[in-house]
Order: sequence, then C-alpha cells, then structure tokens
Amino acid sequence: MGSKRDSDIQKKPKTGFSRRGFMRGVGLGGGAIGTALLEKEAVAAPPPAAAASGPGEVPISLWVNGKEHKLNVEPRVTLLDALRDHLSYTGAKRVCDRGTCGACTVILDGKAVYACSVLAIDAQGRKIQTVEGLSQGSELHPVMKAFVHHDAQQCGFCTPGFVVAAKAFLDEHPNPSDDQVRDGLGGNLCRCGTYVGIRQAVLEAAKGMRG
Amino acid sequence: MPDYKWPAMDKRRVMGKPIERIDGPEKASGRAKYSTDIKLPNMLYGMLLTSPYAHAKVRSIDVSQAEKIPGVKGVTVIAGPGTELQWQGAEIAAVAAEREELALDAVRAIKVDYEVLNDHFVREEDFAKAQAAQKVQPSGEVVTGDPDQAFKEAEVVSEGEYGIPVLTHCCLESHGQTLAWNGEKMEYFPSTQNVSGIAGDLAKQLEIPAEQIHAHQDHMGGGFGSKFQSDRWAAEAAKLSKGAGGRPVRLHLDRRTELQIAGCRPSFFGKIKLGAKKDGTITAWDSTTWSTGGLGGGGLNAQLMPYVYREVPNRRINHSSIVTHTGGARAWRAPNHPQVSFLTCSAMDDLAAKLRLDPLELFIKNANYTARANVYVSQLKKAAEMVNWKSNWHQRGDSGTGPIKRGLGIGVGTWQGLGHNATCKATIHPDGGVEVELGSQDLGTGTRTIIKQVASESLGVPMKDIKLNIGDNRYPVAGASGGSTTVGGVSAATRKATLNALEKLFEAVAGGLGAPAAELEAVDGKIQVKGNPSKSMTWKEACRKIGVTPITATGENNNRFPGGLIDGGVGGVQIADVNVDVETGVVKINKIAVAQDCGLIINPKTAASQCYGAVIMSVCGALMEERVMDAQTGVFLNAEMEFYKLAGIKDIGDIEVHLDIVPEYDARGVIGLGEPPVVPGIAAIANAVTNAIGVRVPTIPLTPRRVLDALAANERRRS
Repeated sequence: MGSKRDSDIQKKPKTGFSRRGFMRGVGLGGGAIGTALLEKEAVAAPPPAAAASGPGEVPISLWVNGKEHKLNVEPRVTLLDALRDHLSYTGAKRVCDRGTCGACTVILDGKAVYACSVLAIDAQGRKIQTVEGLSQGSELHPVMKAFVHHDAQQCGFCTPGFVVAAKAFLDEHPNPSDDQVRDGLGGNLCRCGTYVGIRQAVLEAAKGMRG
Repeated sequence: MPDYKWPAMDKRRVMGKPIERIDGPEKASGRAKYSTDIKLPNMLYGMLLTSPYAHAKVRSIDVSQAEKIPGVKGVTVIAGPGTELQWQGAEIAAVAAEREELALDAVRAIKVDYEVLNDHFVREEDFAKAQAAQKVQPSGEVVTGDPDQAFKEAEVVSEGEYGIPVLTHCCLESHGQTLAWNGEKMEYFPSTQNVSGIAGDLAKQLEIPAEQIHAHQDHMGGGFGSKFQSDRWAAEAAKLSKGAGGRPVRLHLDRRTELQIAGCRPSFFGKIKLGAKKDGTITAWDSTTWSTGGLGGGGLNAQLMPYVYREVPNRRINHSSIVTHTGGARAWRAPNHPQVSFLTCSAMDDLAAKLRLDPLELFIKNANYTARANVYVSQLKKAAEMVNWKSNWHQRGDSGTGPIKRGLGIGVGTWQGLGHNATCKATIHPDGGVEVELGSQDLGTGTRTIIKQVASESLGVPMKDIKLNIGDNRYPVAGASGGSTTVGGVSAATRKATLNALEKLFEAVAGGLGAPAAELEAVDGKIQVKGNPSKSMTWKEACRKIGVTPITATGENNNRFPGGLIDGGVGGVQIADVNVDVETGVVKINKIAVAQDCGLIINPKTAASQCYGAVIMSVCGALMEERVMDAQTGVFLNAEMEFYKLAGIKDIGDIEVHLDIVPEYDARGVIGLGEPPVVPGIAAIANAVTNAIGVRVPTIPLTPRRVLDALAANERRRS
C-alpha cells in the first residue's frame, strides 16, 4: 500500500455519487443520520482526558460498559480496533472501515457513532457503550429480543451494529413512526437483506421499552 | 429400515412451524464469534500488499526495509521479479507483525519496481472497442428451428438493447482466516461456505496431508458464493505462521481488496430481437450478447436464454466473452440467472409495449414455453393480485402529467436446488441426551435451526434437548453451501440418521413395552405403542434401557439418489411497483410482490427471510450496485462501500412474500430457497421503471443519471 497505490485508488468515480451526498444534495435526507451524528461528535468532542502523542504506543484509559480499561495503543488506532483487538469487545465489526456501513456502531456519551471513525485516544474520558454492555448477563436487551423474534438477522455480521444503532435511536425517539425508523437507521447497511425484520423489530422494541 | 418419509403436513409438531432461529440470541447480543473475531494468544496480524495496476510486471521487489521494522515477524513474496500481475489487487507480498499498524507500516515499506504494461483496457459494456482491441472471444452460434423464416413470417418484430454490469459479492465479513500451527498440525478458522472441504483445499496448496488441518467455524459473515476455496491468502498466512514458529496469524482482506479480488458476478450485455404474432405469441428469438468474468473470459451461460420461456421454437443465440484485466468471477447467488432473467424479461416487456398488450397477458400467453406452465400462470396471477395489477397497470408511459410516474413490471425465475451429499451422525446417550453432528455450516440461512427441527420431529424430543454440532471438519462430511443445496442435503441426512438411531432405541425398549420395535413410535418425549399411548415410557426411561454404550447411527443424503425427501426445480414470479421522479431521476420502490414456488417448508420464518433478503439484494442490483472500471487504467474506481452502494433500510419499499405452502407442493419434499427468490427482482424493477417513464433505460443500475439520460435521449429522438 504505497503512496502510489493510495493516490491511484482514491480518485472518486467519474459516474458514481455518494448515496448520502446525493440524498443530502436533493434534500431527501435518507440514510444521513449516522453521518450527521458523526459530524456532531467531531465538533462536540472534548479534549482527551490525558495528553497522548506518538509515534509508538501511548498509555490510555477507556471507560467501556461501566468499566475502566488501561491499555497502550498508537494514536492512529481507531476506537473500533482498540475495542476489538486490545480489549476483546468483538461485537462491533469492521466492515467498510470508512464510516459508511455502521457495523461498528457504539454509543459514545449517549450518541451512536461509527467506532471506525473515532480515534481511541479521543474516546478517553467518555462513556463508551458497546453491544456487549446492552444485555444484562444472559438477559437480552429488548432490542435484541425483538431482532430475534422478527428474524431481523441472517449472517448476523451487521446485527450488533444495527442493535446498538436501534438502541440509540429509540433513546431519542421512544415512540417512532415507521417512517422515522426508516430514516433513523439509514446509517447502517446489511448485505443479506434483513431490513424488513429490522423495521418490525425496532417498532416492537419501542413498545417493549416504553413498557 | 425405518420409513424415512416426512410426517403428513397436519401431523408435524416442529417442522413447518415459524420457530425463531436458534443462534439468534448469540448473534443479536454480539456474542457470536466470526473468523475475524478469533483472537488467539500471541497472535500476529497479517496483511497483503496488492497490485495498484491492472496490468504490470514486477521488475524487482525489495522487502528489506519492511523486515527491519521492529515487531514485523515475517514477510513473504508472492509475486517475485518477472511476475506479470493481471489485475489490480493481485497479491504481491504478505506480512505478519505484532500489531496491525506495524503490518501496515511493513506493507508500505516494501519497494516494488513495476513495469506498467500498456494494455488496451476496455469497459465490458463497450463491445465495439473490445473488438477493436481484440479482446473478444466468441463462443459460437447456436440455432434451433428456423429463426430466419420465423422472423420473415412474424407479424411484429421487437428489438432492444440491455445491459447489467459486474457486481461484486461485498461480503460484510471479509475473506480470510485466523490460523496457527501446532507442530505439523494446523488449527484453521476460515470464513467459509465449505467447512468439510476447505481444509483439503488449503492442504493441497501447502502440499501437506489434509488430515493435518482442523477447520472450525461457528459463524460466517456472508459468502453468497464467493467463499468455497481457501485462497492464496490462507496459504500465505500459513507460511507466515510457520515462519514465526507457529504463532497464530490473522489475515483478512481489507475492504478495497475484498471488492477487487474476492469475487465478482459476470456482466451481461446484448441485443435481443423477438418475432411474434399480433396476439403476443412469441415465434422467434435472436440474441447477440457478451459478458466478462475477468481475465479468464466467459463466466456466463447465454444458452439459458430465452430464460424460463425456453421452448420458443425458433432461436439464434450468439455469445462472446470479453477478456479484461480484472479480478475473477466467482459463483454469485444463482449464477447466471438474474442476468438472463433481466435480459429475457426486458425483451418480453418491450414486445408487449410494442404490441400495446398488457405484459401480464403476454407472460401468461407464452407460458406453454416454460417447463411448468401451470405454476407460472398461477404465480403471475397471484403476484398481479398482490400489487392490484388490474387497477394499477397502465400502458407504457401513460402515467399522467405530474413529475412522479408510477409503473409496474414483471420478472420471472427458476432454480434447481436439490440437496448436496451429506452425512449426519446421531447419538442417543443412556442419560437421554441427543447429539446430532454434521460438517455443515450456517451461513445465516437458518441451517442450525432446521436441522434441529428435523431431529426434534423425528425423535419426539424438544429442540432444546438436542445438542447440535456443526462447523467442524471432524464431524461427518457435509457438502459446501452453494446452489441452494444445503437444506435438502442436511434435512434428508438428519432425518435418516435420527430415525436410524431411533430404530435401535425401539429395539432396546420393545421388550419392556411388550410390543415389537416396528410397532413403536416416538412422540412428545415418549416412546409408545402406536395408537396406544397408555403403553408408553418417557424418553429418559427408554434411554436408560440402552445400557452403558450410547446408540449411534448415521444417515446419508446421496445427491444422485435423493429419494422422496427432497426435490429440485422451482419457479418464481415477482412484480415491482415503483415511482420514478422524472425531474430528479430517483426511483422509489413502492412494493415488490413475491410469488414463490417451494417444496416442503421446514421453517416458514427463515424461509420468508430468504425471500426478503433476496428481493433486497435485487433492489441493490437494480438501483445501485455496479463495479465501475476506468477504461484508461483498468482501475476499479469505486472499490469502497461509500461508492460501491448497497440499499439501506429506507430504499427497499414494502415487500410482500407469498409462499405456496400447500399439500401439492409439500409432497415434493424439501427444496432450497437461497437462490430462487434472488432471480426475478432486477427484471421486475427494470420493467416497472420502463412502464413508469415510457422509455427503456438500457443499462442498469437505474441510477438517477441513467434515468435522466434515457429520458433526455428519448426527447431528442422525438424532437
């Protein structure tokens, strides 16, 4: 992956367009929520609790699912890779690694973010919640139960990201309409095609969480 | 020998019920471990250096700087000096390092001097340019009947041009593996559709005995036909691990490389001419088509046309392969079928429009050309009813004056299926425990769940009390999951194994129940005399009579002699209802109606999921997905998920699935549903858009730009 290769490939396609860019451009708004949250995060992020600089590994601490973890990572390591490779929280998946697909979604200070697009050092001092932190022991979170009930998963690789995104969405929209679900979960992609079940599951989970 | 036939539809207690998938909680909670999640003690991180060029020769390669980076534990050269690289993404070298960042540094530190070869790259849709560049390999003409005479006599002739580009698999879990040597033996954790066979494939690459490799896989993140082999990256990971004293190595392709080299689906472009009578009866077919599946050429079977409507009496079929410097084709869910369905159904729809006939009538009128006319006619009518065809259909383009145009379109499909070879081993323990083992895999289709349903139905034991073991090549061999053959293979093998074991249990308890073994049945956790529940014992009591040695039995599905348990060959019809905004070119799916022929359905819930998922894949293919190659450099321009677009939750409209779960079809036995519903959708959507806007958009995906271009071209033709 020399610089030549990078510059060759990162040319934007002549005839392609970004799904989100396009949607934003024409004001349809579909699928933009994940990106929008990310942008907000970037602006709102407080300075890291501990100063960190490279090169080489630096000590950091991450507050994951209510537990503090101390680890050494290079400043270029993403929150996703820190969670997966340094801490063994493998629920968040690496798929696009470019903030498109949402398979790596975690909740950072109450907001859904793409963990592949947040540096681990920037997540210090913030509350990180992963899919592993949503269930209470063996008791599944209502969103997970609804996903199982409506068969909102096939290979399951996008599922943890969807579950976390749905949880964060329902925290902000406890009583969503079907249309709001379609807009609100537009930041996650599935290849097996489980969206029909996911729509039903999120609506059912909303009912369950309202009690 | 037990009577293996399935219980009557109304007698089934577990099969046929919409049971939640048994690994659902594990997946939804994030506990499910995939190949990319496997982290072994002392593990190294592997990474590939791949070709930035579509065609180049390696003059020299220098890995010395890479090897010097602290933490780098191995570098292997795949493409040494003199090697010709035939596509972008071709493997050049591999590295392993203590941390992934260091592996990336090492890859960047490898110096390669390339001789870039001045090739004439072609985009496969450009047949004339491909011909000029001598990149076309014709596969010969096939003629049936007398097409020349038939076209002379035809009352109407309709012609059209159509194209569907190369798609890639874009499996969310990338291709690769984690593996480690332990002496001469290897523990191997691939992401595969082929648990029983993949170790042998890797062993062949490494030139070691297959039994030295132990393959495991609990879950896998999508394959769709691209994950049968071990691939070069497994061999390199194995070498890196060996070179590091057996330390585990995890190596999966990054997204860009996955899109470039881990499989694609051949394109299909061409011209089709149809001759017909005024009443819509097709009398003649002429198609000239081309496709590319990468450098090897070929990859698409044009002889499947006219698709479904096979028996058009007079036909001429010409097909050519275009040779391009791109990564190779792999099987893609229903190989060939979505492409030939799209071209065939588009041509039929254009014929109907030319005749000002209702295409539904034309598809019905010609049903005698299909292998199963009654099935297709009933499905066409059913799907039409589901979209309210009678009141919602209009002549092509007669869709009002406003900017939003609504249209309906039809697509048809078929698939064979049947069942792969599989062996199942069933064990009944003296304590009442039941184990079922197969070297199969659950791709997310629900294989685990349906195996347990079959075992539970056969033994009368609740699903929760059955231990199922799959995903390990030490279990009895089961076929690779491809071609919708898994459900047939594993259900038949499981049925036979469990009934064979049960027969032995009956023999052990016959004396105690005072009836011959053949008179016993297993129902609701009891063994009882048939028709006399008062003479019974509980499952646990019965198992205690076994003695100390468990009962084991195997059952086999032999693909050549499937018996009456499974079958192959289903039809399917889908009708799409779309809105198109002719000012922006945006296509919105309102609804897709699915009328799917099926056999015995073991689990209607996971069966419906297969249909939903397949339709959503068709929406991706019809509206968004496309590999965009640069004609000057042969570079894959959109090899990342922001630009290789998949449909999101908002893009798919409403999907309604009708499965023919009726005794007549149930009697055929189990038939796979992985591929059948992925075939008709693209054709249906394309025809619906044409019906809405009044003009054929020749090449999909139907992006806003293509829709607007087709409308503009039409206006120019008119003025």
